[in-house]
Amino acid sequence: MSPPVSARCPTCDGEVAFDPSVVVSELIACRECGTDLEVTSVNPPEVAEAPMEEEDWGQ
Amino acid sequence: MTVGFLHSLIRPDEKLLLDEFARRRVAVEPIDDRHVTFALGGPAGRPALDVVIERCINHSRALHALRLYEGQGVRCVNSFRVASTCGDKLLTSAVLQEHGVPQPDVRVAFTPESALAAIEELGYPVVLKPAVGSWGRLLAKVNDRDAAEALLEHKTVLGSYHHSIFYIQKYIEKRGRDIRAFVVGDECIAAIYRTSPHWITNTARGGRATRCPIGDDLASLAVAGARAVGGGVVALDIFESPDGLLVNEINYTMEFKNSVEPTGVNIPGRIVDFVLRQAEAAA
Repeated sequence: MSPPVSARCPTCDGEVAFDPSVVVSELIACRECGTDLEVTSVNPPEVAEAPMEEEDWGQ
Repeated sequence: MTVGFLHSLIRPDEKLLLDEFARRRVAVEPIDDRHVTFALGGPAGRPALDVVIERCINHSRALHALRLYEGQGVRCVNSFRVASTCGDKLLTSAVLQEHGVPQPDVRVAFTPESALAAIEELGYPVVLKPAVGSWGRLLAKVNDRDAAEALLEHKTVLGSYHHSIFYIQKYIEKRGRDIRAFVVGDECIAAIYRTSPHWITNTARGGRATRCPIGDDLASLAVAGARAVGGGVVALDIFESPDGLLVNEINYTMEFKNSVEPTGVNIPGRIVDFVLRQAEAAA
């Protein structure tokens, strides 16, 4: 049996498909609700809501 | 060779860099700044890394991690010196001044009263910026004394201490655009115009990126600015003023994903080549 290639969005429970090149910590967006998600595991595929922007973020 | 890839979230910019390392078959060790720890006080150790490329989102994490890796003898791109200077607009202005690199008129003050006096002396409009901050956040264009008094009081009452280091820049009329120039080593490899109807033109704030030709004046200013902060891989925000080009800010963890297509330059590829050259030089 091939491993699952999608996770569930923690916000809308929509399906979040994983691109084959996805890596842990990658920022992706839920195509259903637009929530920014962080890949927390590739195998098994898991995502969490991405951290909120902090004051010293960015360039 | 092993490259330490210091990161927070892996955004499209980081993904493009990882792709370039993979294309060159270089071993990359991901180092998540939310999980990494450093040991001090015991025997000195050196991680099995030939070079570290820093791609943190948090400035403070980047700064401290770079200092600690360099303390362990690992060459970093960018260096702690570059990060500490570029991460603070006041320090950036100081080195630009010391190296004779043109920049807008800036005043620095440490109390609301002296800040108001400096603003009045500089003349309206001015832009108040937090010395440490990014993505165009908390920038304030101040058009008159009423606004200046209100803003200075708000910063003093509501802001944390570092908002009481007042960095005041003369407002430059940008005619709807500024320039972002990318420098790798001693070369300005690409540049874009950032166009926006808003006075803040960051692409993170909706500014549109189009190719900017690199003339001699732009190339020499960009490289001079990069050298002033210590070299490496930096992106300079540059104003076109009636008096010529002026360096506004210099970024040390450059974001480039919106600039690859309009410039036609493989910016992540050029960065990765530079990082690998640094590793070879350090070996």
